[in-house]
Amino acid sequence: MRSFQYSRPSSLTAAAGEMGGLLAQDPDAPAAYLAGGTTLLDLMKLDVARPERVIDLSALRGELGHVHPGATELRLGAFARMAEVAAHPGVIADYPVIAQSLALAASAQLRNMASLGGNVLQRTRCSYFRDPSWAACNKRTPGSGCAALGGVNRAHAVLGTSEHCIATYPGDFAQALLALDATLVLAGPQGSRTLPFGSLHQLPAATPHRETTLLPGELITEFVIPARAWTRRSLYLKVRDRESYEFAVASAAVALDLDGDVVREARIALGGVATIPWRAHGAEDALRGLTLTETLAWTAAENAFAAARPQTHNAFKIDLGQAALMRALLQAASLEIRP
Amino acid sequence: MTEVRFTVNGTAQCVEVEPRLTLADMLREECGLTGTHLGCEHGVCGACTVLMDGLPVRSCLVFGVQAEGAEIRTVEGLAAADGTLNVLQRAFQAQHGLQCGFCTPGFLMLATWLLEQKEGVDEARLREVLASNLCRCTGYQNILAAVRVAAQEIRVWREG
Repeated sequence: MRSFQYSRPSSLTAAAGEMGGLLAQDPDAPAAYLAGGTTLLDLMKLDVARPERVIDLSALRGELGHVHPGATELRLGAFARMAEVAAHPGVIADYPVIAQSLALAASAQLRNMASLGGNVLQRTRCSYFRDPSWAACNKRTPGSGCAALGGVNRAHAVLGTSEHCIATYPGDFAQALLALDATLVLAGPQGSRTLPFGSLHQLPAATPHRETTLLPGELITEFVIPARAWTRRSLYLKVRDRESYEFAVASAAVALDLDGDVVREARIALGGVATIPWRAHGAEDALRGLTLTETLAWTAAENAFAAARPQTHNAFKIDLGQAALMRALLQAASLEIRP
Repeated sequence: MTEVRFTVNGTAQCVEVEPRLTLADMLREECGLTGTHLGCEHGVCGACTVLMDGLPVRSCLVFGVQAEGAEIRTVEGLAAADGTLNVLQRAFQAQHGLQCGFCTPGFLMLATWLLEQKEGVDEARLREVLASNLCRCTGYQNILAAVRVAAQEIRVWREG
């Protein structure tokens, strides 16, 4: 691994100030924040990430490590660890899709280290992105091309792709946040602001190296998840190549508000199949006001993948993604929700 | 160079390291504790698992400097001072939970944490937790059996 300078500021203000100072000198300063480190260290070892300055945010866990499930909203500090949130009884009971998406991700060791903020910002597992011996990767080196387009692309995306990038967004938690209309609290050199979670990730389009709408030096400090009529009837269904410790091949975060068998409101986000956490608005519209049957669930699932564009090796993801969504909807409908 | 103060198996340590040194390399090179093994070095195999403030982590994916103030436990801390193996180590031996032994320190530390959980261990939890580490010799069944036997012996096993 390349050498870097290291610092551990004692507060959020100090960390943002330090990053702000670096960016003021050089807007493209090769500096990175370090939270749990499970993604950053890996990418530094692979020589994909090459920060010359690492700002360790360990000290922020005290002020930003909270897990507060309330009656009207769930507030999660960005430095809370995945394992803590996944095991929290209040989250499991009232925000099940959040707890499940975290519990089904990675391994016990990684969930113990990884922070929530770092988790939603984790980089793609595209093997061409992760291996610098492949010259062509628009995400790693803008303008260099995309080796995955003509390569082995079984694991790649079918939704939200462009002619410049087909890399899959790898996470699970992000789909839960998207389905539940979460809001982010951000802080940075220019101060703090809030951002709807759905506005965080950017489609690759012609600029796959730009993955989020975060401003230079900005970091996530908190997630706010509103409690709505559909929040408790929610779940995360993850299909993967083995039963544990694997990324999603296809996944669905769903939340339903039912009046008997009739769908009052539905929230759907898909994982493993798209370049960003993928909200399926069309599928939600297809369900609203109608009686939830297998036929209707299938109609919604077909709608969710209507715009899918398969590559050489991943057309199966359309069938698999539709089946996963259909099963998730029917399972969510059959949940017994205590009053 | 950055100074890092922490404890390993109850003993205070103070080392000066480059920030790019991983916790695994810091334990092996600076503390001389070579029981922690490095397999894949990318967080996949779990051979380097140690306990950091009571929780299992992949020490190849943690910078040494992140261990500032932490309590680290490694495989060297499991046996008694006179070398007597603990319950879990004896179970690995008796159940043939190892062959080449390279992955064993990681499995032992992961299982140590699992056995210390207050909710106890059942079959589903056992399989889910141990799935995070790789072993190329045993086929896993004897590792599962070893942890199961140790859990029964210390009375934290729950029939599913």
